[in-house]
Amino acid sequence: MNDFAAVARGVTKRFGRTLALDDVGIEIRAGESHALVGRNGAGKSTLVSVLTGMQVPDAGEVSFFGEPAPSVADRAAWRRHVACVYQKSTVVPELSVAENLFINRQDLGGGLISWKKLKAEAAALLETYDVAVRPDELVSALTVEQRQLVEIARALSVGSRFVILDEPTAQLDGPAIERLFDRMRSLQDKGVTFLFISHHLQEVYEVCQTVTVYRDARHIVTAPVAEMSKPDLIEAMTGEAGGLNVPSGADRPSSSDEVLQVKSLSGDHFSDISLSATRGEVIGLAGSASSGKHEFAETVYGLRKPAAGSISVDGAVVRGGDVPAALQAGIGCVPRDRHHQGLVLDLSIAENATMSTASAFVWPSAQRSAGATAIASYDVKASGPDQPVSDLSGGNQQKVVMARALAGDPSVLVLINPTAGVDVKSKESLLGVVDAQARRGKAAIVVSDELDDLRVCDRVLVLFHGQVVREFARGWRDQELIAAIEGMSSE
Amino acid sequence: MTKAMTPPVSAPTPPGKQKFQFARYQDLALVPVIILLLIIGAILSPIFLTPGNLIAVLTQQSELSLLVLGQAMILIVGKMDLSLESTVGLAPALAVALIIPATSGGLDVGLAAWMALPLCLLIGVVVGGLNGFLILKVGLSGFMVTLGMLTMLRGLQLAITEGKSLIDVPESFLYLGSTSWLGLPAAVWICVVCYAVGIFVLKYLRAGRSLYAIGGNSEAARAAGIRVDRVVWTVLIIGSVLAVVAGILMTGRLGSVAATQGEGMIFQVFAAAVIGGISLQGGKGTLFGALSGVLMLGLVEQILRLQGVSGFYIKASYGAVIILALIVTRFATGQKQE
Repeated sequence: MNDFAAVARGVTKRFGRTLALDDVGIEIRAGESHALVGRNGAGKSTLVSVLTGMQVPDAGEVSFFGEPAPSVADRAAWRRHVACVYQKSTVVPELSVAENLFINRQDLGGGLISWKKLKAEAAALLETYDVAVRPDELVSALTVEQRQLVEIARALSVGSRFVILDEPTAQLDGPAIERLFDRMRSLQDKGVTFLFISHHLQEVYEVCQTVTVYRDARHIVTAPVAEMSKPDLIEAMTGEAGGLNVPSGADRPSSSDEVLQVKSLSGDHFSDISLSATRGEVIGLAGSASSGKHEFAETVYGLRKPAAGSISVDGAVVRGGDVPAALQAGIGCVPRDRHHQGLVLDLSIAENATMSTASAFVWPSAQRSAGATAIASYDVKASGPDQPVSDLSGGNQQKVVMARALAGDPSVLVLINPTAGVDVKSKESLLGVVDAQARRGKAAIVVSDELDDLRVCDRVLVLFHGQVVREFARGWRDQELIAAIEGMSSE
Repeated sequence: MTKAMTPPVSAPTPPGKQKFQFARYQDLALVPVIILLLIIGAILSPIFLTPGNLIAVLTQQSELSLLVLGQAMILIVGKMDLSLESTVGLAPALAVALIIPATSGGLDVGLAAWMALPLCLLIGVVVGGLNGFLILKVGLSGFMVTLGMLTMLRGLQLAITEGKSLIDVPESFLYLGSTSWLGLPAAVWICVVCYAVGIFVLKYLRAGRSLYAIGGNSEAARAAGIRVDRVVWTVLIIGSVLAVVAGILMTGRLGSVAATQGEGMIFQVFAAAVIGGISLQGGKGTLFGALSGVLMLGLVEQILRLQGVSGFYIKASYGAVIILALIVTRFATGQKQE
C-alpha cells in the first residue's frame, strides 16, 4: 500500500505558445483533503485534466497509489483510479438518476438491461452514500447540490477512492456548502481522498488539511493548512504581500441626490420591494439563492417583466421588462452568469465590450480602440482587443462584462455576482472599479453572497423569501449578516 | 478540457509588430482552392477560362448564391430554414397563377400583370414571417417548422399548377432573369449587389453584428440589450425574400415556372454554406466565405460538366464532390466542422 493517492512529478504541458504547466508536481496523501488554489490561469484546470487523463502531459509522470497512470486510451482504468466532479455537469439530464449512476454499464454485466435490477442497485448505492434522491427521478429535475452528490456517488461506485472536486461550491448556497463539507468529512473517514479546488480560501481552511498553491503555471508551495495563514496563502497566490485589498469606500462622499427609485416592485420570486439610491451610493443585496435577489436585480435591468411597481432613473419611469429601455435610461448591468448571459465567447473583446452601446454604424477601428480602452481601463490581461473572450481567464472575462456594463456611462449599475469565479487579484480590481465608479457619482446595486463584495457597499439589504428582512449599515459583523442571510435572527 | 484553459504566461505583443494572424484571414481560406480549381479547369479544357464559360458559371450559381446568402444569415443567427427551396418555386408559381387565366394553368383571378413582382416578394415576406411567428412566438422547433413548411409549400405549388409548368409568364416577370447589363447578366449584378450589401451590413452595422451575438449566445445578446426576437424574425423574412428573388431569376432564365422549381437545392445550400465556413451551430462564419463556397461548388460542377461526365453519374458525383469539398475545406481552414 502506498501513502499517496496521487502523485504527479515534473509535469509540463504546453498549448501552442503558452506554457500551461511548467515542471510542476503534486503529492496527495491518501485519506486527506488536499486543496489546490491559484489564480485563474495558474494551471489548476490543466493539472486536473492531466490527473484525469484528459490531456497527456508533454513531460512528467502521474501515478496513483504507487501504480503508474494507465494509457490515455484506457478510460475505464482511469475511472477506477480517479473521478472528477467538474464545474460543468457530466451527467445526462434527460436520463434517470439510476441510469446515470450506471451509465454505459446499465446491464450490470448481464448483457441485457434489467430495469428493475438497475433501479434496485441504484437505490442501494444511493443509500450507501446517503444521497436522498429517488433512482427513477430525471437528473434534470435535481438541484445542483443533488446532482453533484449523484456524480460523487457514481465516481465512488466505479471503485475510485480519489475524487477531484473542481470548484464544487461555486453554484451552491451556504447550507448546501456546509452539507457538502460534512459529506466530504465523512467520506474522508471512510478513506476517500479529495483534491479540492476553490476560489474561496475560507473553505480551504474549513475542509482541507494540506494546500498546494500554483502560480503562473508553476508550483509555489505545498504546506499543511494549519501552518499557512490567510495572508501567506494570498501572498503565495499573487506573489505579493498582503491580504485582499478591497476598498471599503467608507470615505466616499455621500449625496442626497436621488438617482434610482424603485417603488413597490413585485415580480418573479419577490414582492413589494422599494428602494432608492443616491449618487455615489452602493447598495448590497444579500440573501440565499432562493431569496429573490437575482430576480429583483434582473427586473430592475429589464431582463424580467415586473408584475407591479415602477422603476425610475433621475425621475423618469423606465419601461419594465425591456433591456434596451433600461440601457437608454442609464442602467448598466453585469448579468448573473458570464458564460450564460454575459458574453458571446467566440467574439472579440472589443465586440463584447461595445455590444450594448454600438451606434448603428460599427467602424472596426473605432470598435478596436474602444476595446483597447476597455483593456487599459479595467486592467484586462489580453493580447489585444481582437482576441476572442474565450481565450481569457475567468477574471479577465468578468472585466470585459464590467467594461460593457460601463460602456454607455450609465448612472445606475446593477451588478449581479460581479466577482463570481474570479481570483483574488481580479476581485480586487473589479471591486476597485465599483468604488471608483461610485466616487464618480454613479449609484450601484451589488447582488452577491460574498462578504468581500458587500464590504464595498454603503448599506446591505438582506432578502428572504422575496422580502427585505434586514438592513445593515456599514460596519456589520460577518456573523450577523450571515445569520440574516440564512434566515436566522441573531438577536 | 474546455477553452477556458487560459494562457498563464501570455507574452504581451508589442504594438506595431503584430504577428501574422491566420484567424483574421480565415475568410480567404477558400481563395487558393478556387484559384487551383481555375487552373485545373484551364488544363482540362481549353475553353474553361474564356469569359463566356466563366459568365456561365456565375449565372448558373446566381440563384444558389442568393439562397446561400439568406441561409448563411439564418445560420449565423442560430436557426435554419429548410423551406427556402420550396419558396423558390411556390412564390413565382402562385404570383403568376394569380395573374394568368385558367386556360394557361392559372387561378383565373386576373390580377394585373405588373403586380407579379410585388406579389411575389410579398409571398416571401409572408412565408418568412409565418416561419418566424411559429418559431419565435409559438415556440416550435425551427427545424420541424421549416421542414413542414417545405413540404406544405411544395405540395401547394403542385396543387395550384396541377403539377404542370406555367409557361405563360408575364414579360415583366421574365426581365430580370433574362436581361444583361453592361455585358453581364442582370442576375449576376443582383447577386453582387446583394452580397456587397450583406457583407457590409454584417461587418459594419450594429444590426448586422447582432446576428453574431445572437447566434453565439442569445441570452448574452438579450442581456446586452439586443432585441433578439425582432432580429431573428427579420433575418428569417430576409432569407425568404432572397429565396423569392432567386425564384424570379430562375423563372426568367428558364422562361417558365417548372413544377419542381428549386427542388433539391436546399442540400447544395447547406453544403455551400458549410464549405464556406458557416457554422451550423450559429454565431460563426462570414458571407464572403459563404460566397466562396458557392463559387467553389460551381467551378467543380462546371469542370465535371465540361469533362462530359455521364448524366447518370452526375448526381452521384455531385454528392461525392460535396463531401470532397468538405474534406478539402476542413484542411484548408484547419477547423473542424460541426
